[in-house]
Amino acid sequence: MARTIEEINAKIRSGKVVVFTAEEIIDVVQKKGIKQAAREVDVVTTGTFSPMCSSGAFFNIKQPREKMKLGGGFATLNGVPAYAGLAAADIYVGATAIPDGDPRNSNGRPGKYRYGGAHVIEDLVAGKKVLLKGGAYGTDCYPLKTREQMIGFDDMNDAFLFNPRNCYQNYNVAVNLSDKPIYTYMGKLKPKLGNAYYCSAGQLSPLFNDPYFRTIGIGTRVFFCGAEGFVAWPGTQHNPNAPRLPNGTPQTPAGTVALIGDMRQMSTEWLRAVSFTGYGVTLSVAVGVPIPIIDEDMLHSVSVTDAQIKAPVVDYSKFYPTGQGEAKLGEVTYKELKSGSIHIKDQDVPTGSFSSYALARKVAHHLKKLIKDGDFLLTQFQAPLPGAVLGKEATE
Amino acid sequence: MKQMKLVFIFPENIVEDPITYHLIADYGIRVNILRASIDPGKQGRMVVELSGEEIQLSQGLNYLERIGVLVSPLAQKIRHLEDRCTGCTACVPHCPTQALDVDRESWEVSFDPEKCIVCLSCLETCIYYAMSVEEQFA
Repeated sequence: MARTIEEINAKIRSGKVVVFTAEEIIDVVQKKGIKQAAREVDVVTTGTFSPMCSSGAFFNIKQPREKMKLGGGFATLNGVPAYAGLAAADIYVGATAIPDGDPRNSNGRPGKYRYGGAHVIEDLVAGKKVLLKGGAYGTDCYPLKTREQMIGFDDMNDAFLFNPRNCYQNYNVAVNLSDKPIYTYMGKLKPKLGNAYYCSAGQLSPLFNDPYFRTIGIGTRVFFCGAEGFVAWPGTQHNPNAPRLPNGTPQTPAGTVALIGDMRQMSTEWLRAVSFTGYGVTLSVAVGVPIPIIDEDMLHSVSVTDAQIKAPVVDYSKFYPTGQGEAKLGEVTYKELKSGSIHIKDQDVPTGSFSSYALARKVAHHLKKLIKDGDFLLTQFQAPLPGAVLGKEATE
Repeated sequence: MKQMKLVFIFPENIVEDPITYHLIADYGIRVNILRASIDPGKQGRMVVELSGEEIQLSQGLNYLERIGVLVSPLAQKIRHLEDRCTGCTACVPHCPTQALDVDRESWEVSFDPEKCIVCLSCLETCIYYAMSVEEQFA
């Protein structure tokens, strides 16, 4: 049995496409078996909603009548510094940027971080205006030296999110072996294994469902914070060579994707600025990737369950920050993580997550509806991600 | 060093006494006024945070009682803002009384105010601003 993207798109256009979410497909496969289900199912939708720090936005700001070269000068948006080392009117705001000496970001211990790049992005997506302050040295062609103006999308030619690393294929489970609480990008970790945090949608997460990148590659169209988005490139730190279980899923953080999409189509339902006490600000984004069921092996991959994927437990008091101390405290399945408690070093450790499974499920269902309604067509990638295992050898 | 948030209610006859001055100068207490509504000739109300050593605080509170100030702890109430909550469950392992809990089928986080002891852990843990504390000044 084999199915092409063109055949799937023809079925989407005729309204006959059969779609399930990566959660629903588990039951379907259990009832019908791989062979029959693969004949019937065309697409399986995945989803995730989670903080993803390597996110940010490019803006091209319309020039005033007397023009200005922000490039080589500086720009801030609501006080948050933007990168201005580009052409005259292009800037980039990173999700984690925060202003110096800002009372919104008190830096006492553990410190509150209330406003940063992610908040600028959320404010703009919410339709608000933000205060641009720019400074330049002035040239013959760009004489204006200072600019202060409230700007929104109407005052920009372009606004797109360009996230260098999203959708990590698996992630560490963070714990604290020390005797004092620590504040990390994986939340507040109580001393002596007081709690554990994980951060993945597990069985719904896009790259867990296509572990060898057989269908997700450069140019793949995705659902991105409410907009049409695309995989622009392998994500930074993309590592296809992580150790894997026999079912193909990596046992440590592995593949990633860089995503791009038009901010004007996005909505704050699917994009939220977040504040980690004692750490900083970042952006939570929603991503949904449709997986075409090109053959039985692909269906086998997307029917993976939380009980069949494992994450490494890592000490964030010593090993993560310094590379010293106990390297690996064990492995736990996502089923165990989602039960609310895991067992480490003879201790029951309560678990929590920063990735929202409720919203991951909502993303997968939303994407399923878009496809069923004929509003989302699948794409053949233009180039594979590094380490992609194409064809049959994936399961051999 | 101990800290407490209190509500002072003054009868009208002592509204004009400099009681914060006395708490600071005579008892060595640090007084942070969070909210105050004081009009000469009327009953006054003030919300304060006091910090000091146990002995200083108890002597200061005795003084307030002596001059007729009604002192009561500041009532705080935690609210779960469901429209901001993503159901991520970050708050759940930090809640000491399971006032915050998650249904592991629907992945909806629920909040039971009856179980809440206002420890404020959830405010520190929630990254989505879905928990808020309301101070009741009544």
